[in-house]
Amino acid sequence: MPGQSPSQTVGPFFHNCLIRGGENSLTTPQTRGQHILIQGQVLDGDGQPVPDAMVEIWQADAHGFFNHPEDPNQAQADPHFRGFGRAETVDDGRFTFHTVKPGIIPGEQTPYVNVRLFSRGMLIHAVTRIYFADETGNTSDAVLNSVPDKRRGTLLAMPVESPGLPTYCFNIHLQGELETVFFDY
Amino acid sequence: MTKPFNSLDWQVQPPYLYAPYASTVKRSPQKPLVVVPQKMSELTGPVFGEVDLKPLDNDLTRNAVVNGEPIGERIIVVGRLLDENGRPIPNALLEVWQANSCGRYIHKNDQHDAPLDPNFTGTGRVLTDAHGEYRFTTIKPGAYPWRNHENAWRPPHIHFSVFGRNFLQRLVTQMYFPGDPLLALDPIFNGIPDENGRQRLISSYAHDITTPEWALGYRFDIVVCGQRETPFETKEA
Repeated sequence: MPGQSPSQTVGPFFHNCLIRGGENSLTTPQTRGQHILIQGQVLDGDGQPVPDAMVEIWQADAHGFFNHPEDPNQAQADPHFRGFGRAETVDDGRFTFHTVKPGIIPGEQTPYVNVRLFSRGMLIHAVTRIYFADETGNTSDAVLNSVPDKRRGTLLAMPVESPGLPTYCFNIHLQGELETVFFDY
Repeated sequence: MTKPFNSLDWQVQPPYLYAPYASTVKRSPQKPLVVVPQKMSELTGPVFGEVDLKPLDNDLTRNAVVNGEPIGERIIVVGRLLDENGRPIPNALLEVWQANSCGRYIHKNDQHDAPLDPNFTGTGRVLTDAHGEYRFTTIKPGAYPWRNHENAWRPPHIHFSVFGRNFLQRLVTQMYFPGDPLLALDPIFNGIPDENGRQRLISSYAHDITTPEWALGYRFDIVVCGQRETPFETKEA
């Protein structure tokens, strides 16, 4: 049996290939559900912005379905929503996604977005999740409950005042006291 | 815990912190990873198809032509995308990017004093076919200097971004060339803790792919996490 191919860093020069424009918008006007913005900043161990990271997200549609053959509800999934997005961080380490608030996946307790982070200086990606601080189901989510109390907040996107679409803030701290909870499987 | 797929193999995968690669020092998570179950959000992932490709995406020697052919050694890269059980993964998207033959990227942050090539952007995309096989044509990339340590040079490489069938099979890696003396000196390559793992990222010269009077061939297979033999383990149930 072949062994896994090792990961290598995405490096600093991925933009022309991986970021061609618009990948950070997961929606069209036809996409069902509450359209939202998720904004955040990627920060290093000194609290300095990481200006050359790439953030990818993967999430269910507004009803908790995935447009993927593994999902028994695929036929009901929103045809105007692939569920995948990609954003570069810019000079101040900030990124933005235009997406929809995911629905609760059947059998689960609360909505969330899967996140994978790539960067120069990371030989392998880091995986985390965005939960939404205003969801009551969070208290019964097994993954959130498996995280130490004092670190749970790193997984919660906070609603912020915004003149336009409902907006959530989700910062990713690679290191330090506020280090985001990262996952393995 | 539900675990239909193998986890990342940390005997083979590089760690977050590898001090010889200086940028890892402030960018490496240090707290223990939290293990989560593999459920619907992990067992699905984006589905790509021909609609996502343009006709010349798999030919980097032609997809950016302005006024002539790109300069350098033309090569053909082929390979298979497999899971750990040796099963091919069809219809998977691979994105590739690289420096030109002089070791220069088209990027505002690449200040290496080497010429840009007006006919080469060094970016491409390809889907694996029904047998998990892919093929693209490009120019052999050059080595380039970086500031990690005194007289540091990256060995020539092609970056690969790989989507498998699901979220768990996502992989970003680099393909290297056989016989390269810079590999032994490269902290990114040597951040891989396992010799077999390192060897897996070195392509092999493929004379059967080499095309007379045209281009040299290289073969580079990619292996991502595979399904476990016992697909549904539910100890907690």
